[in-house]
Amino acid sequence: MSSGVQTPSADGYLLGVEDLKVSFRTEDGVVRAVDGVSFGIKPGEVVAIVGESGSGKSVTAMTLMGLTRSPNATFEGRALFDGRDLISATDEELRKVRGGGIAMVFQDPMSSLDPVQRIGKQIVEQIRAHDKNISKAQAYDRAAELMERVGVPRARERLRSYPHEFSGGMRQRVMIAMALSNDPRLLLADEPTTALDVTIQAQILDELRQLRDATGAAIILVTHDLGVVADIADRIVVMYAGRVVEQGTLDEIFYDPQHPYTWGLLGSIARIDRDRSQRLPAIPGLPPSLLRPPEGCHFRPRCPHAFDRCTQVPELKSRLADAPDHLDRCWLEPERKRALRVVGDQIGLASEQAVIS
Amino acid sequence: MSVDGNGDVIDVEAAAQADGSSAPDGTPLLAVDHLRVLFPIKAGTVVNRKIGYVHAVDDVTFVLNEGETLGIVGESGCGKTTLIRTLVRLVDSTGGTIRFRGADITNADRKDLQPIRREMQMVFQDPQASLNPRKRINQIIATPLRIRGVPKDRFEAETRGLLDKVGLQPEHLNRFPHEFSGGQRQRIGIARALAVEPKLILLDEPVSALDVSIQAQVINLLDKLQDDLHLSYVFVAHDLGVVRHVSDRIIVMYLGKLMEISPAEELYTKPIHPYTSALLGAIPIPDPNENRARERTMLTGEPPNPINPPTGCRFHTRCPFATEICSTAEPPLTQYANGHLAACHHPQHVTASEVVGAVRSEASPLSAGEDRPVT
Repeated sequence: MSSGVQTPSADGYLLGVEDLKVSFRTEDGVVRAVDGVSFGIKPGEVVAIVGESGSGKSVTAMTLMGLTRSPNATFEGRALFDGRDLISATDEELRKVRGGGIAMVFQDPMSSLDPVQRIGKQIVEQIRAHDKNISKAQAYDRAAELMERVGVPRARERLRSYPHEFSGGMRQRVMIAMALSNDPRLLLADEPTTALDVTIQAQILDELRQLRDATGAAIILVTHDLGVVADIADRIVVMYAGRVVEQGTLDEIFYDPQHPYTWGLLGSIARIDRDRSQRLPAIPGLPPSLLRPPEGCHFRPRCPHAFDRCTQVPELKSRLADAPDHLDRCWLEPERKRALRVVGDQIGLASEQAVIS
Repeated sequence: MSVDGNGDVIDVEAAAQADGSSAPDGTPLLAVDHLRVLFPIKAGTVVNRKIGYVHAVDDVTFVLNEGETLGIVGESGCGKTTLIRTLVRLVDSTGGTIRFRGADITNADRKDLQPIRREMQMVFQDPQASLNPRKRINQIIATPLRIRGVPKDRFEAETRGLLDKVGLQPEHLNRFPHEFSGGQRQRIGIARALAVEPKLILLDEPVSALDVSIQAQVINLLDKLQDDLHLSYVFVAHDLGVVRHVSDRIIVMYLGKLMEISPAEELYTKPIHPYTSALLGAIPIPDPNENRARERTMLTGEPPNPINPPTGCRFHTRCPFATEICSTAEPPLTQYANGHLAACHHPQHVTASEVVGAVRSEASPLSAGEDRPVT
């Protein structure tokens, strides 16, 4: 899988994020958007960051690209890419990493393309920004090649099209082509298929998988869709209200989830392969305000299993003897969790009543 | 879940007047007959010429019974939203009829529609855009109460009752829409729809803008309200998991045409139309093992342009089973057992004897041929 990839940093990780914190000063106070995020990604790996709106998953991804830098933002922690810390790097250093080492694909392909420039010109601009020695003609050849690679039919012809002449799926392919233009070793994809129909989503996910296999690039996929995650991810990072609450391999998270929030997420999905139960085991309440997050575990106010110890923040660590890389932030004993997380015969968040409020 | 048909006597009479006949018992709540909605495409700055039509809804026939939830699924541009907007007369139809409790409302004017709009309400996809940002919640809910003729001194009590029904607190009454989260706003939209005591609620992607955990809350709420208030729903969504969870029957649309109608569960275990199979196959199942084990048909290409839809079966350009006939003759809707209908020349998951026993449905598009399906 990882053939043709340069050796990453010493510990085997291409990117290592350590205790990342991002906060924004606003009129109402300080918003702790990211409050302790750690994870690593190896070459050729697909890591999914899963969470709901406001969980800090997009801010995490954008911070890695330096896109959250603004006068009201403060950063703590490190993100080592190739031995270089992306958090403390200068704008000039980051500019080289962006598009070169790390590339990003955004959720909305319409608003991330320039509507008045031809597609080809936009891809060529990106190629030449990072490779000064390439001629215009060569860059156009490369652009056509990239478009073909991501499955755009009649690629050379369509370089002359404008973004509005493309459908949503085709635009997203263009975004991926642009991201690939400088052979990135890490692709950050922020909800790349959320705006697309399921049939097109399946095509794009397949495209990403093939690219990973062909180029050995690692992919960080930010998403809220656990179906997409099950389809493509190797490892999962679950975020809630700015913190990583659990991380592990695909099978660990789906079959042995340790955090009650993960149980709630898994239980809330209306699945096509299960009996239609009378009520979905929903998570009660709403995510907390990041201006005034609850004391201790952020999930405590919505958690039916909370007890007095939960007012202290649990450390993100492995609590399972046989799975040292399966980390979670929950005070409950693993044995107890295995009993608590079963609702009916499925994993879900138990609650005293059928939750509707 | 069937409820007796005489909800509001006055409204039934009013509805009956619109078409001059009475509504006998057993009449479906909503009957849609060969409905077409075409949007003209205009060109030219001086003289407006019509240069073509977008075939948004093209000859669609179905019924909705009392207390039933009918799901409508399809990709963007398949006409599902236009269809339900036409049902509440927000969009005018080009052809066909819409009957509500037997009364023809296809061309009914504002006055005739008023009693019907009280029975038929809509909840929109974007709760942010469908609530007036400058009005407080009690004002938003008071308007439909006034229309219902509730005396002013009852407003407060009624509004509190409605908020309670949708799981909001009384202290929310004086707040503005922006003070709520997406899920709460959708509850306000539902409370507003409930204020006129409707029989039928048309839901246009009511949960797709919400996070999964909040989606589950809203779906559970809709479920509970249906049981308590004997509502009928038309539920439009692109998420087949959600639709399956709420629906009794499901309609699959593609490029303005009806591809399949099936009892909810059966659509997932026995999809007859290849398009339905492809849609189902495209959904990633949130279970790694099942996902790995499953065989999936990957659909290539994208939906064709609805201005120039393909001849014959609209799906033939992307269909893995397409043959000569698919591009020349439009397949009729064929009725199989269990009221399962599909418009396909090459039906899947059916036995030869089922095909022999199948009949051409009355609901078939007028332009469809007489061809029998082949296995």
